[in-house]
Amino acid sequence: MTAPLLSVRDLSKSFPIQAGLFGRSKLAVHAVDRVSFDLRAGQTLGVVGESGCGKSTTGRCILRLIEPTGGSVTFDGKDVRALDGAGQQALRRDMQIIFQDPFASLNPRMTIGAIIAEAMTIHGLGRDAADRRVRVAALLDRVGLKPEHMRRYPHEFSGGQRQRVGIARALAVEPKLIICDEPVSALDVSVQAQVVNLLKDLQDDLGLAYMFIAHDLSVVENVSDRIAVMYLGRVVEIADASALYAGPQHPYTEALLSAIPVPEPGRHKVRRKLSGELPNPINPPTGCHFHSRCPIRKLPLCATERPEMKPCGQGHMVACHMRG
Amino acid sequence: MTTTPLLEIRDLHTGFHTDEGLVRSVRGVSLTVARGETLALVGESGCGKSVTAHSVLKLIPMPPGQITSGQILWQGRDLVPLSIREMNRIRAREIAIVFQEPMTALNPVYSVGEQIAEVVRQHMGLGRRAAVDRAVEMLDMVGIPDARRRVGDYPHQFSGGMRQRVMIAMALACEPKLLIADEPTTALDVTIQAQILDMLQDMKERLGTAILLITHDMGVVAETAERAVVMYAGRVVEEGTVDRLFSAPAHPYTRGLIRSIPRLDGGQGRHKRLDTIAGSIPSQYANPPGCRFAPRCPLAQADCLAAQPPMTSPSADHHFACFHSVPEAIAP
Repeated sequence: MTAPLLSVRDLSKSFPIQAGLFGRSKLAVHAVDRVSFDLRAGQTLGVVGESGCGKSTTGRCILRLIEPTGGSVTFDGKDVRALDGAGQQALRRDMQIIFQDPFASLNPRMTIGAIIAEAMTIHGLGRDAADRRVRVAALLDRVGLKPEHMRRYPHEFSGGQRQRVGIARALAVEPKLIICDEPVSALDVSVQAQVVNLLKDLQDDLGLAYMFIAHDLSVVENVSDRIAVMYLGRVVEIADASALYAGPQHPYTEALLSAIPVPEPGRHKVRRKLSGELPNPINPPTGCHFHSRCPIRKLPLCATERPEMKPCGQGHMVACHMRG
Repeated sequence: MTTTPLLEIRDLHTGFHTDEGLVRSVRGVSLTVARGETLALVGESGCGKSVTAHSVLKLIPMPPGQITSGQILWQGRDLVPLSIREMNRIRAREIAIVFQEPMTALNPVYSVGEQIAEVVRQHMGLGRRAAVDRAVEMLDMVGIPDARRRVGDYPHQFSGGMRQRVMIAMALACEPKLLIADEPTTALDVTIQAQILDMLQDMKERLGTAILLITHDMGVVAETAERAVVMYAGRVVEEGTVDRLFSAPAHPYTRGLIRSIPRLDGGQGRHKRLDTIAGSIPSQYANPPGCRFAPRCPLAQADCLAAQPPMTSPSADHHFACFHSVPEAIAP
């Protein structure tokens, strides 16, 4: 087995909350709480969870767009957290990100060409401006836009086209890993499918690895080799996609799966319904974070002790006292 | 049955005057909602589904918006010529609406109880105490735990899902005959979406309210509606019972929409390509003579560009607008 491209161990990020008159921070939100996973070159890890589960923060901590408070990130053999400014700059050429909102993530005052070329300029790619223009044209063509689009501005494009521009910008520096932070959540279904197919084609052609963040299990099923499910800052289950869909182990994964509306009228499936709401992340439930909503909880342990990840099959890990 | 439908929209045209010209958002929409049924109005961004629904309550800003022609018959009475005062007697009491964003639709400086009480005092003429009791009763009915205590809480003290429950409680407080639900679960997480859809279904059964559900999610349509109207670029392209639409969709756009839904496939989806609809939606300023879907349509021929296809009805409960397609099951 070759070493994984990206290896994350016990990654943590807590945000202090200003409390008290003099801003003494007493409380902290543990947005990411000891998250671990591996991602191999050319593969896709889907990271799934509902709002506030820490999936986006995890992605940003890996890129050090947000500085983690604990744990380690190893990319291509290098300790990401130990890198200095220059090292980090070089690293970001290998790791890129595509954001959820194609409206907010493109500068409205720059042309599409300038947006894509800027990344190359920063990383010293291309001999000169003319060479970069040729590369931009090729990239636009690659993501299904037209080379003449480079002189246009973001507002002239639809959501799906803007997301293609975001993909072209990420590809401009020839990365090995792209963190896709809900890249299709803001798009209509028919356009969603176009963008997902594009990402898959690019992966096949360029050998890219993706960390694909999403809030439901239906989109990631179409892209992922492995899937990690997060709840309130922690990974609760991680497995190969086929194993996860065929036999989800964690009750939260089961609930997420059964909450997806099925486009088959009359086939009303039995839902594993969750009672209650997502607890406040400032003051999460003790023990297993999920115990307050868990339909199968029986042990007193669930409310007192954090369940650690344990194996429950080939490459399948679950954090549940009742399972595994 | 020849009873008057609860709501009947006939050939509705709604547009917006802009600097670049008239945007014709709704281009001749007709539909009916029967008493107690759930009708889904489906389509992608910009297809005119929300403008159609907002036209019913005249919630579109006028100007720049304008209902340029058509009728909106509420139990047989046309709402289009009504004044704001007359509309206010219909709103909340007869037809209520829930919006997509529960965060922006609630007033942050009043407690949720005061906001619900205001509606029932205004429209049902209840006294102060009776109105608060009604608010508690409604909050309890939509599944807010400990409603008596929470009635004095402010919107920011509720989560997104709970706020949407508050919105639904407010909308149903006057027992309207029709609830317009404009993407009520789009801003919510999937597990919460499932809870809210179940609750809406439960409320519909208890109160007999008809629901006009606006959504872009075919999964939600399949699970909650009896009939559906599919819109594309301001026009109705297909209408029918949900069973028919999914078992034998006729319009190429409906077929594309159903095909492009990501389906769970036991984790095997990784190795497949999703079906897509090529191209993107047309400009709202364009007024081509033919079918608006033709530029993206796999079946398009010359006649599609020349004239708008009329509605064809393969059966009494199924209508679609296409020259060349026939209803057919989608191959798996």
